[in-house]
Amino acid sequence: MEKVLGLTVTDEGVDDCMVDTNSSIRSRLCAIVGEDSVRDSANERHAYSYDATPIVTGAPDWIVFPQTTRQVSEVLRLANEERIPVIPRGSGTNLAGGTVAVAAGIVLNMTRFNRIVEIDESNLTVTVGPGVITADLHRAVEARGLFYPPDPGSMRISTIGGNVAQGAGGMRGLKYGVTKDYVLGLEYVLPTGEILRCGGKNYKDVAGYDLTRLLVGSEGTLAVITELTLKLLPLPESKRTMVVYCKRMVDAARIVERTIAAKIIPATMEFLDQSTMRVVDQFAHLGLPTDVAAMLLIEQDGVEQQVDRDIDRIAQIARKVGATDVQVANTPEDGARLMAARRSALAALSRLRPTTILEDATVPRSELATMVSEIERIAEKYQVQICTFGHAGDGNLHPTCMTDERDAEELERVDAAFAEIFEVALRLGGTITGEHGVGMAKAKFLPKRVGEDGIQLMMRLKQAFDPNGILNPGKIFVRVPDWQHVAE
Amino acid sequence: MTDRVPVLNMDEILNCMHCGFCLPTCPTYEQTGLETQSPRGRIALMKAVAEQKLPVDDEFASNMYACLGCRACETACPAGVKYGQLLEDARELVEDVKRGDRRRSFRRDLALKRLFMHPGRMRLAGNLLWAVQASGLQRLANRTGMVRILPKEMAEMQRAVDPVASPGQRKGRQAVIPARRSQPRVPRVGVFTGCVMDVLFHQTNEATARILAHAGCEVVFLEGTACCGALHAHAGEKASAIDLAKQNIEAFEEAGVDFMVNNAGGCGAALKEYAVWLNDHPRWSERAKRFVDATRDVSELLAELPDFEFTKRLDLRVTYQDSCHLAHGQGVRTQPRDLLRRIPGVTYVELPRADSCCGSAGIYNITNFEMSMDILDTKMNHVRGTMADVVVTSNPGCLLQMKQGIIRAGLEGKMRAMHIVDVIAMAL
Repeated sequence: MEKVLGLTVTDEGVDDCMVDTNSSIRSRLCAIVGEDSVRDSANERHAYSYDATPIVTGAPDWIVFPQTTRQVSEVLRLANEERIPVIPRGSGTNLAGGTVAVAAGIVLNMTRFNRIVEIDESNLTVTVGPGVITADLHRAVEARGLFYPPDPGSMRISTIGGNVAQGAGGMRGLKYGVTKDYVLGLEYVLPTGEILRCGGKNYKDVAGYDLTRLLVGSEGTLAVITELTLKLLPLPESKRTMVVYCKRMVDAARIVERTIAAKIIPATMEFLDQSTMRVVDQFAHLGLPTDVAAMLLIEQDGVEQQVDRDIDRIAQIARKVGATDVQVANTPEDGARLMAARRSALAALSRLRPTTILEDATVPRSELATMVSEIERIAEKYQVQICTFGHAGDGNLHPTCMTDERDAEELERVDAAFAEIFEVALRLGGTITGEHGVGMAKAKFLPKRVGEDGIQLMMRLKQAFDPNGILNPGKIFVRVPDWQHVAE
Repeated sequence: MTDRVPVLNMDEILNCMHCGFCLPTCPTYEQTGLETQSPRGRIALMKAVAEQKLPVDDEFASNMYACLGCRACETACPAGVKYGQLLEDARELVEDVKRGDRRRSFRRDLALKRLFMHPGRMRLAGNLLWAVQASGLQRLANRTGMVRILPKEMAEMQRAVDPVASPGQRKGRQAVIPARRSQPRVPRVGVFTGCVMDVLFHQTNEATARILAHAGCEVVFLEGTACCGALHAHAGEKASAIDLAKQNIEAFEEAGVDFMVNNAGGCGAALKEYAVWLNDHPRWSERAKRFVDATRDVSELLAELPDFEFTKRLDLRVTYQDSCHLAHGQGVRTQPRDLLRRIPGVTYVELPRADSCCGSAGIYNITNFEMSMDILDTKMNHVRGTMADVVVTSNPGCLLQMKQGIIRAGLEGKMRAMHIVDVIAMAL
C-alpha cells in the first residue's frame, strides 16, 4: 500500500482479509454482465494499467465489459454501495492519464457500445454508442455525403465516448470547432445508478442548465456516457493543400494572422518548427529545406471556386509577408504528400528516444510566435530536447519532449521545463491543455488556470453528481475532496 | 527466472509509447476487443516480465502464442517498434522456462522438431500424403468420415490440401534452367525451394523457375537448403532457427548466384532476418548480410527485371490477399499487384483490408484453431464481396488457408485460391 495523490492505493496485490470481499464482488459483477465480461487475471489487470500516457500506471482489480445501459447502471450501483472506484474507458489513447486506475477498482470498458444507432439525414444528426471508433463514424457518415469534422490524432482507434469525455480536438479546430461543438445530446448514468438524458436533436434548447456541455470534457468523473447524439455537416465538395516555408517563426505567425484578418478561415493551418522539420526529414526523406525556421501546412475545403480563390489569396499573403517558398498542391496526391510531413511528425520524434512526452499547451493565436520562442528558451535552460509542432490556426501547440523514463534526473528537468512552459502559456492568456484534458498529468496546474474558487466550485459540482467520489478518482483534482470515501 | 530475463530487449520494449495506433490493425484485438490480445498489451506484458512484475507462466505463454505474428502492427506503429523480434524473444523466453518445467505440447513439438528440422522427414511426410491422395484413400476418408479420427483442426486443413507431387516428380527436376531471353548480363538466380512449398506446392516451385527463365534469368535449384527457420523462430526455438540459417547460407554461397529467390512471404521475411539472427556470431554476420542482400521475393525480383511478355490471355476477375510477412515484414505490396494487372485479360479488384492476416500464420491454425477460423471467416466476408474468380496469395500458408476459407464460405466451384506464380505461369 502506498499513498499516491493522497489516495490510498492498493498496488498489484490485495490484502488477504479483502479476498473474501473481492470474490463476492467478482461474483456480483459476473451476475450483472456475465462471467466472460469480467476479467481479472494477472495479465489482464496489467494490460489495463496504462493508457497512452507516458510513465503513469495503476492496475485495476477488475475489467468489466458492459453491453447495455442497464448493466452500466447496475455496475455503478454496486460500486457506489461498496465504494469501489470506477474508471470508464474506451480504447485508452488519451495522453493525460485519464483512464489509469490509480486507485484500483473497476475499469468499465465501453468498447462494446459500438453501434451506430441512427444517421438522421433530415435533422443532420448521428446517434452512436460511446464505443464507436471515431474513424468508423467518419466513414459511415461520409458515405452519405455528411461530415463529422472533429479529427483527433488518434481517430483511427479512439472512441467517440473517449473523445467526448476528454474534450478532444484535432486539426480542423480553427474552421469547424472541436468535439464539444458537435455534441447535441447524451444518455448517461450517474454513479448512483440513475439513467438520464440531456439535450437531443434540437440545435436550439435552453431548457435548464446545459448539462450536455458540462459532461463534455468531464473526463469520466461525473457520469458514464452510454449514448451520444452528434451534429453533422454536409461533406465539403473539394479540398486543396499548400505548404509555406518561413525564415522566421514570426513570419509564419504573421501569415496565420493576416489570413484570418483577410476573412479567410482555412480548414487546417498546421506548423512544424525547425527542430521538428529536421527530425521529420531524417526519418521520412521528404527533402524539406533545412535553413528555414518553420513550415506551415494549410488546407482549405468547400466549394471548388471558393477553395481556389482562398488558396490563391493565402499564397499572395504568404509571399508578401516574406515566405521563402510557397507550394500549392495541384492534385489530392500532391496534397497528401505535403501533409505527410505533419503526419509523420510524431512518428519521427518518437523514434529519437525511448520516452516521448507530448503536451498541448495552448495560447491565443496572436501569441503563437512568442510561445514557440519561449519553448526554445526553456528547452535550452533545462537542457532537454523539445520539438514543437501543432495547430497554428488555433494556437494549440504540441511541445514534444524526447527523454528516457529510466533517467530520473533527466525526468526532473523535463518536469521543470514543462511546468515553466505551462506558466508562460498562462501568462500569455493561454491554457495548460487545449485538447488532451487534465487527468493526472495536468492536475497540479489546474488551480493556476481556474483559480482556487474555480476548483472549489468544480468539486461541489463533482459532489452533486458523485456523492461518494467513486468515478475516476485521482483525476482533475490533486487534493482529495474531504467528502470522498473510496478505497480507504 | 532472473538469469533468463535479459533475453528481452528492454530498449526496444521502451520504444513502444503505448499510443494504441496498432490496435485497429490487430486481427486478434479485432476479434476479442481485449488489450491482452493486442500488440500494445503484449508489449506491456513483456515489459512487466522483464521488470519481474509478472511471472513467465501459462497465462503469459498463452498470450504470447495467441498472437498471429502477422506484424500488421509494425506497419501501423509510428515509433517503428520491431514487434516481430520482440515476439520471437518473448516466445524464446517462454520456451526456456518451459524446458525447465519439462512440459511441452506434443503436437507442436512433433511438427517443429521432427518434420521441419529435417527436409528428409518432410519429404517422407509428403510421400505419405501423396500416397494417401493417390490411392484414393483421401476420398474414402472424406466420404466415410474417417477424417473425423484426426483432430478437428487437422481434418479441416486436410480438406484444403491439393494433390501433392509424387516422389518421382520431385526427384526428376532439372538442376539448371537456362535463360529464355537474352539480356546484356544474364543474372544467375537460385530458387530457394523451402520445405512446405516443395512438398505441397512442388509445381509452384517449378513454375517459379520457368517464369524466371522466361524473364531472362539462368535458374538453379539450390542444393542443400533446409527449412528457412521461420516457424522455429516464431515458436521460440531460436537455436534451431540459427542452425538452419547457417545451413542455408552455406548452400547459397556454394551455388554462386546473384539472387536467391523465394515464393513464400513467410520464408522470405525470415531469410531477410538472418543478418539480425546472426548479428552476434562473428564468423557469420558478414556472410548473413550478403545472403540478405541477395534475397528476393519472386514478385520483388520480377519487378526489378525488365518487363517480360505474357503470351496468353486470362479472362479472370482477380483479387490479391497480402502475405503478412511479404507486406508488413518485407514491404512488398505493389509488385505482386502490378504483375497481376499486367496480365492480359485480367480484371484486378482490390480486396478491402487485404493486408490484414487471414489467420493462417505459420502453425497458428493448428495451435489456435478457433481464433484462426474466426479471423478467416471475417476475412472471407471481404473476399466474397470482391466477386473474384481467383484469390491470389504469395505464401503457402495463406494459400492453404484461403482454400479452406473458400470451402467454409461455400464458394467452392465459384472461386479458386492460387499462388501468384501459378497465375503468371498460366499466362506464359
